[in-house]
Amino acid sequence: MTALRDILSQGVQMCLVLLLAPLLTGFVRKVKARLLRRRGPPLLQPYRDLIRLMRKDVVLADNASWLFRVIPYLMFAGTWVAASLVPTFGNGLLFSWTADLIAIIALLGSARFFQALAGMDVGTAFGGIGSSREVMIASLAEPAMLITVFSVAMIAGSTQLSYVAEFMGSDAVGLRVSLGMAFVALTIVALAENARIPVDNPATHLELTMVHEAMVLEYSGRHLALIDLSSQLKLLLYVSLIACVFLPWGTATADASVARLGLGALLYLGKLVVLGFLLAVFETSIAKMRVFRIPEFLGAALMLALLATLLRFVSGSL
Amino acid sequence: MIAVALWSVAALLALAPAGVVLSTRPRGSIILYGGCLVATSTLCVTALSDLLYFPHLTPSATLPIGLPWLGAHFRLDALSAFFLVVVNLGGAAASLFALGYGQHEESPGRVLPFYPAYLAGMNTVVLANDAFSFLVAWEFMSLTSWALVVSHHREAENVRAGYVYLLMASFGTLTLLLAFGLLASGAGYDFDAIRASHPSAALAGMVMILALLGAGSKAGLVPLHAWLPLAHPAAPSHVSGLMSGVMTKVAVYGFVRIVFDLLPEPVWWWSVVVLLVGGPTATLGVLYALMQRDIKRLLAYSTIENIGIIFTGLGLALAFKAQGLDWVAALAFTAALLHVFNHALFKSLLFFGAGAVLEVTGERDMEKLGGLIHRMPKTAFAMLVGCVAISALPPFNGFVSEWLTFQAILLSPQLPNWGLKLIIPAFGGLLALAAAFAAACFVELYGISFLGRPRSDLAASAHETDRFSLAAMFALAALCLVAGILPGLFIDALAPVSKAMVGNVMPHQTGLEWMTIVPIAESRSSYNGLLVFLFSALSGMAAASAIHRLASDRLRRAPAWDCGYPDPNPAIQYSASSFSQPIRRVFGSVIFAAHESGEMPPPLSPAPARLTVDMRDLIWDALYAPIAKVIGVVTERVNMLQFLTIRRYLTLVFAALIVLLLVVAL
Repeated sequence: MTALRDILSQGVQMCLVLLLAPLLTGFVRKVKARLLRRRGPPLLQPYRDLIRLMRKDVVLADNASWLFRVIPYLMFAGTWVAASLVPTFGNGLLFSWTADLIAIIALLGSARFFQALAGMDVGTAFGGIGSSREVMIASLAEPAMLITVFSVAMIAGSTQLSYVAEFMGSDAVGLRVSLGMAFVALTIVALAENARIPVDNPATHLELTMVHEAMVLEYSGRHLALIDLSSQLKLLLYVSLIACVFLPWGTATADASVARLGLGALLYLGKLVVLGFLLAVFETSIAKMRVFRIPEFLGAALMLALLATLLRFVSGSL
Repeated sequence: MIAVALWSVAALLALAPAGVVLSTRPRGSIILYGGCLVATSTLCVTALSDLLYFPHLTPSATLPIGLPWLGAHFRLDALSAFFLVVVNLGGAAASLFALGYGQHEESPGRVLPFYPAYLAGMNTVVLANDAFSFLVAWEFMSLTSWALVVSHHREAENVRAGYVYLLMASFGTLTLLLAFGLLASGAGYDFDAIRASHPSAALAGMVMILALLGAGSKAGLVPLHAWLPLAHPAAPSHVSGLMSGVMTKVAVYGFVRIVFDLLPEPVWWWSVVVLLVGGPTATLGVLYALMQRDIKRLLAYSTIENIGIIFTGLGLALAFKAQGLDWVAALAFTAALLHVFNHALFKSLLFFGAGAVLEVTGERDMEKLGGLIHRMPKTAFAMLVGCVAISALPPFNGFVSEWLTFQAILLSPQLPNWGLKLIIPAFGGLLALAAAFAAACFVELYGISFLGRPRSDLAASAHETDRFSLAAMFALAALCLVAGILPGLFIDALAPVSKAMVGNVMPHQTGLEWMTIVPIAESRSSYNGLLVFLFSALSGMAAASAIHRLASDRLRRAPAWDCGYPDPNPAIQYSASSFSQPIRRVFGSVIFAAHESGEMPPPLSPAPARLTVDMRDLIWDALYAPIAKVIGVVTERVNMLQFLTIRRYLTLVFAALIVLLLVVAL
């Protein structure tokens, strides 16, 4: 009976992230449009876009290899698995011990590795520029992310997200300087990883500023739909991660009652709304950076994360 | 057990002179490599069964060769057995690869005799149980590999590589000789006697430093790495794979044997020294790799990175052991050894792939390759597995060992020593940087050489390589996946080694649900490669079938879109140097003093614009160039002695006699 329940709640989690991901993107777009005093696309537009793309033919470049056709599925699989490993409404789900935070980052790393390869497969200049810049950004963002994880994990004594969330929700944490720094670092990394302003612009096709879009330029139809869905899942993953580590209140445990799980889910939706709103406000209030300013931006995250790791001894429990 | 091992080594040695004869026969290389395959497989199976079933037996043997009063001592304990598995797995794979690849050798007479001798040398180092046999075998291994490096001696570059290699190898042997000299001062050359002796702390520290220099110069630790990216690529590709994948591991063995086994309990500052060398080696090695255009040189630099990761793990093990936390030391040590094994697998695989590319296109320069995935689909698939595995991405094996190393780093707050507590997370940062650069580096390697459009006619007319080469690559690729999804089996197999070297073991893994690995406790961290693999595979396939059934599965081909400006010229694609340009610009200006200068013709002039990139190896400039200069100046002065008159020579002889007499008298 409990096994069934465990599998069920894990299944609910997997479907939940898949269904919510386009909604979050739609929400952020809507808020951004409203802030610019535009009406903006409807909230459900991303779903319609995905369905439209999936029904279309794939137009494949003459030179594209089998790898190019497989990569969207690989990316989607890696990102989906990673996103369903981050606790959303409940902790300690069935497969939470399958992969810890480091493994989740590495799974996203796999997805990015393949995406960068896809950019180079057709042999166009744009694909190359996108891949080359993506790996440059990743070479700073990934270490910053890992060191942030170190600092959080050293405070919580675990890299297992369910335990980290439980620890962060308890009173043992207190207010720590390290955690503040880790939060800023994680936010910067999340902006870079999700190709948001100021690192990349998700809404542009201006060739010299784009990174993510340049890599996926040759994709169409269902392949493009899967890649879009993967990026939406990734955004949801990072927002859930920030919510799980820094706003851990109200998350249910796996063995809680259904009502408690429902409450957890409601609170989770509330956190998504708040963080999505903040993201939209942030994006509308600053400009995109030049490509070679990004290393400084991400270097700041790296340094903050390193400081957070070192300072955890200094501010035991302020 | 040990008798089988020694007979197999003897068989390899016997194959060496046979190689001279066989090199002139048409099917000679097949017989020779087949013989090597049998011998190494026997050794591998012997060592593996010893490690798995009789880890607590340490059979030893003494042969009446070598120093008359000493003889040659051999011993097969858990550590030797593990490294024998690594050496012979790599050796067997290389021999299988060479069954196909070796047939294209232009000068078989320069390769065939030395190849089995080289394998025998590496095996003997691992089996030796006295300092004399160890050093002789070590030097034998160096010399035979040198002969293989200069086997294509008509290229000036290879001769220079061989020269630098020979110098560095002599340096390494010299430091090891000194280390053993210090150790033997109270005990003699036999390892058993050295283990029983109690050297003073200062002496032990000195031996540790000398061992780090000696083993590090062979393994390629920065700044002693200068020879490695020259020598490894110069050899034939199966030998490159052995040098990078296996011989560097024999060097790691030498370090582990001396520092963890022969020396007494470590002191905490040893770990700082090892970490200070290992961490920067990892990051710098892969940054160098990113700047390369030559596939084999890129792989050689990436070996330096992986050696850095291994030494960081060993440094962590020393730190935790010195501070009495031997259960964490076991974790760090196991992580390091697992990386030894993993790196041997994927580095051999990658070198074989590079060899296959070199064989069919004749090119090592990535900027002349491209699009090989269409013409060498099987090689391209195996290479893809190798690239993903070495970039430490799940579900492959490279990730597991790096993950374990990270778990050990995360336990550093438990150390009582404040210095160690504060610096170890910084090494975690260096490893994280190295991992991210490695992924960038292998996107570059794979993307430039295997994807895109061919950049030269040779790349456009490439074809698939032979069956033996493919078999070797696919066997290694399969092992990379197995070690990635079932790491528990491999961790448990390493338990006796860890027990013998650091005195503790990681928790038993194989009994856990779903083959999860749990380094310390489930509440701290756990990873399940099997489930990650199954989950990803299932969700990817589910997505594919759902979309194909419910939405659309139609597909048509069209010219590339490229924002409306496709250019048929393949030179429009990104090249290796342009791919790494952003990283070169961000990190290279300090580390390589990289400098770009553009030369733009005036408007309307048909002259081409030029971009010149100037990069310098600062370590070479700061360390090697001055030494070379001093030696040059001194030899120039000493050279005067060659052109003296007979009177002056007689005066010199007389003066020397007087000095000697004075020395004796005082």
